[in-house]
Amino acid sequence: MTALSPRTVEKGPVPNSLTTGQLPRFAELYIFGASAVVSGVLLMLIGFDVIGWLVLSAVVYLVLLGILSSLVENRRKAIDRLVRGLVTVAFLLAIIPLVSTLFTVVSKGIGALSYQFITQTGGSSFNPDTLEVTNTPGALQAIVGTLIITGIAALISVPIGLFTSIYLVEYGRPGQWLSRTVTFLVDVMTGIPSIVAGLFAFSLFTIILGPKAFSGFSASVALSVLMIPTVVRACEEMLRLVPHDLREASYALGVSKFATIVRIVLPTAIAGIVTGIMLAIARVIGETAPIFMAASFTDNFNSNPFEGPMQTLPVMAYTGFAFPGTDIAASNNSAWGAALLLVILVVILNLIARVVAKVFAPKGSR
Amino acid sequence: MVILAGVALFLIVQGMPAIVANWQSNPELNDGFTSAFDSFWAYVGPLLFGTLWSAAIALVLGAPIGIGIALFISHYAPRRLAGLLGYVVDLLAAVPSVVFGLWGIIVIRPFLLPLSDWLNTYLGWIPIFGGQVTTTGSTILAGAVVLAVMILPIITSISREIFLQTPRLHEEAALALGATRWEMVRLAVFPYAKSGIVSATLLGLGRALGETMAIAMIISPAVIVSFLVVTEGQNSQTIAANIALNFPIASTLQRQALIGTGLLLFVVSLAVNMIARYIVTRGSSKTGSKKKRRPRPLVVPTGDATSTLTRDLVADKNTAAGPEGASA
Repeated sequence: MTALSPRTVEKGPVPNSLTTGQLPRFAELYIFGASAVVSGVLLMLIGFDVIGWLVLSAVVYLVLLGILSSLVENRRKAIDRLVRGLVTVAFLLAIIPLVSTLFTVVSKGIGALSYQFITQTGGSSFNPDTLEVTNTPGALQAIVGTLIITGIAALISVPIGLFTSIYLVEYGRPGQWLSRTVTFLVDVMTGIPSIVAGLFAFSLFTIILGPKAFSGFSASVALSVLMIPTVVRACEEMLRLVPHDLREASYALGVSKFATIVRIVLPTAIAGIVTGIMLAIARVIGETAPIFMAASFTDNFNSNPFEGPMQTLPVMAYTGFAFPGTDIAASNNSAWGAALLLVILVVILNLIARVVAKVFAPKGSR
Repeated sequence: MVILAGVALFLIVQGMPAIVANWQSNPELNDGFTSAFDSFWAYVGPLLFGTLWSAAIALVLGAPIGIGIALFISHYAPRRLAGLLGYVVDLLAAVPSVVFGLWGIIVIRPFLLPLSDWLNTYLGWIPIFGGQVTTTGSTILAGAVVLAVMILPIITSISREIFLQTPRLHEEAALALGATRWEMVRLAVFPYAKSGIVSATLLGLGRALGETMAIAMIISPAVIVSFLVVTEGQNSQTIAANIALNFPIASTLQRQALIGTGLLLFVVSLAVNMIARYIVTRGSSKTGSKKKRRPRPLVVPTGDATSTLTRDLVADKNTAAGPEGASA
């Protein structure tokens, strides 16, 4: 018997051709941890601060990863990993300011927000006996103003936008000059700067009513100039999604075009349309500049949209900072409160839009 | 749809008296904020420059990051996370600009102070970082950073949609030939989405041009042509912010002058938007109808290549005449 050479028993992971020449599976995590520690230690020597630490560790991480990967793997893989790192860093970099915005608004505004803040008309009152100015924090006039102005804007622009989109989808033929022009104009209108819309409403009402024509209604006109293109776009997309089979089935049963649109097309697309309108409202509700021009600002309670200046939440947030009253801290405080209320409104509108999209989504709900 | 024409017409009618007025002799214009300027064009020139300059800085800062985020959401992030992130980005597009302005005052200004110092000290030899460094942070740099944050959601959501429309077979083919993820993106996604990226950037530029509140609240302006980005009191004012700041205190003719500047802003952003739309339609007519292929963020696979490939093959047998056929 010749002695067989003793079999070597492999210890640890078996090398195979698929995984050789690669960095281990969680290498990126290890490297990130290492670079965080290294840059942390480095910064300890010259003075620590959080932002510098994050930036430095991101840079160290990218460099380390690139070098290691190009040593162990090849150049192509190194570039791949580098780009993945860069994209992730870009993403994190962008998330920071966005989260920071929300955080700042919530943390600053939560102090101003109270039951009284919502239900009181704010402003300063002058007591002639004691010669004292008392500031009442309150946003009732702004809340009411915002709701009225946005509501009227929606009343104006929803029918116009909806009918325009119905025309584009149902009646207009693609090659026709009218529908081409309308599509083009809507596209262009999407890009009107908001302040130009405000100027337009202001000059329109100056011509009609004479100077100092500040009113909630003219702000509504400005907002609807901004809102119509958004509504048209959203409704058009939704109407185009309605399957042609449904329309043809309806025509085959001898239903007229009008009845088909009202009874078949609109109910099918209603979820999308409502969602689009909600999102459009959420967009214009926060517009500051046009309302500021057209409705000006005031501390008085005014629920008549056709006469006198009207206060709104975004303008309140702006004026609280730009033109603070006697008590600067209080002004700023209520500005933050207004900003928080505004953000809450926008989020609620967005959530409603999502819920509507979910609830109405199954076909035949009617 | 007469509204657009109406807007232009009203602005022209209202702005004309101030544009053609004699700025040197008119007593109304020699008072207040328009007193130092000889003519309408001398007044609006620096404003126009400031508008373009701040928007350009914002774009340089914002566009690469926005496209990076879009790429992350569409091709790198885990699927479940991607849906959530898409929603968050859409929500942020709806955050009112005045909120961003407040945030810029409170957070960005102090945050950028050390950076401004550093840039001024070490890179002061580059002209734009020179000058007297700021102490309050009301610089055009801070304004542009806030603008960049504001245009991020727009650029991201548009380019994400475009990225998601890349024919999946192109991506799978690139991966099957042994390309890494980045090479796949470079070879399959970018050529397809080039026009989309350009137009997303231009739309972001359009928004940055017309943005009022962030600039009005943050920078401390002057109506001059100035490239300096880290000084205060020497920042070029933008048209929109100038209107917002001076409108309440303006007299009738001055108001008309402001309306004239608004008209110019209108024309500029109109041009930008039309270029963007033109590029979009040109790009989409090449690659088949865009409207019918709605992107579905949640369905896009990010990991397992083989399973999606088979699924695609099955699916594409039925709908073989998609954009793949048109662009081949």
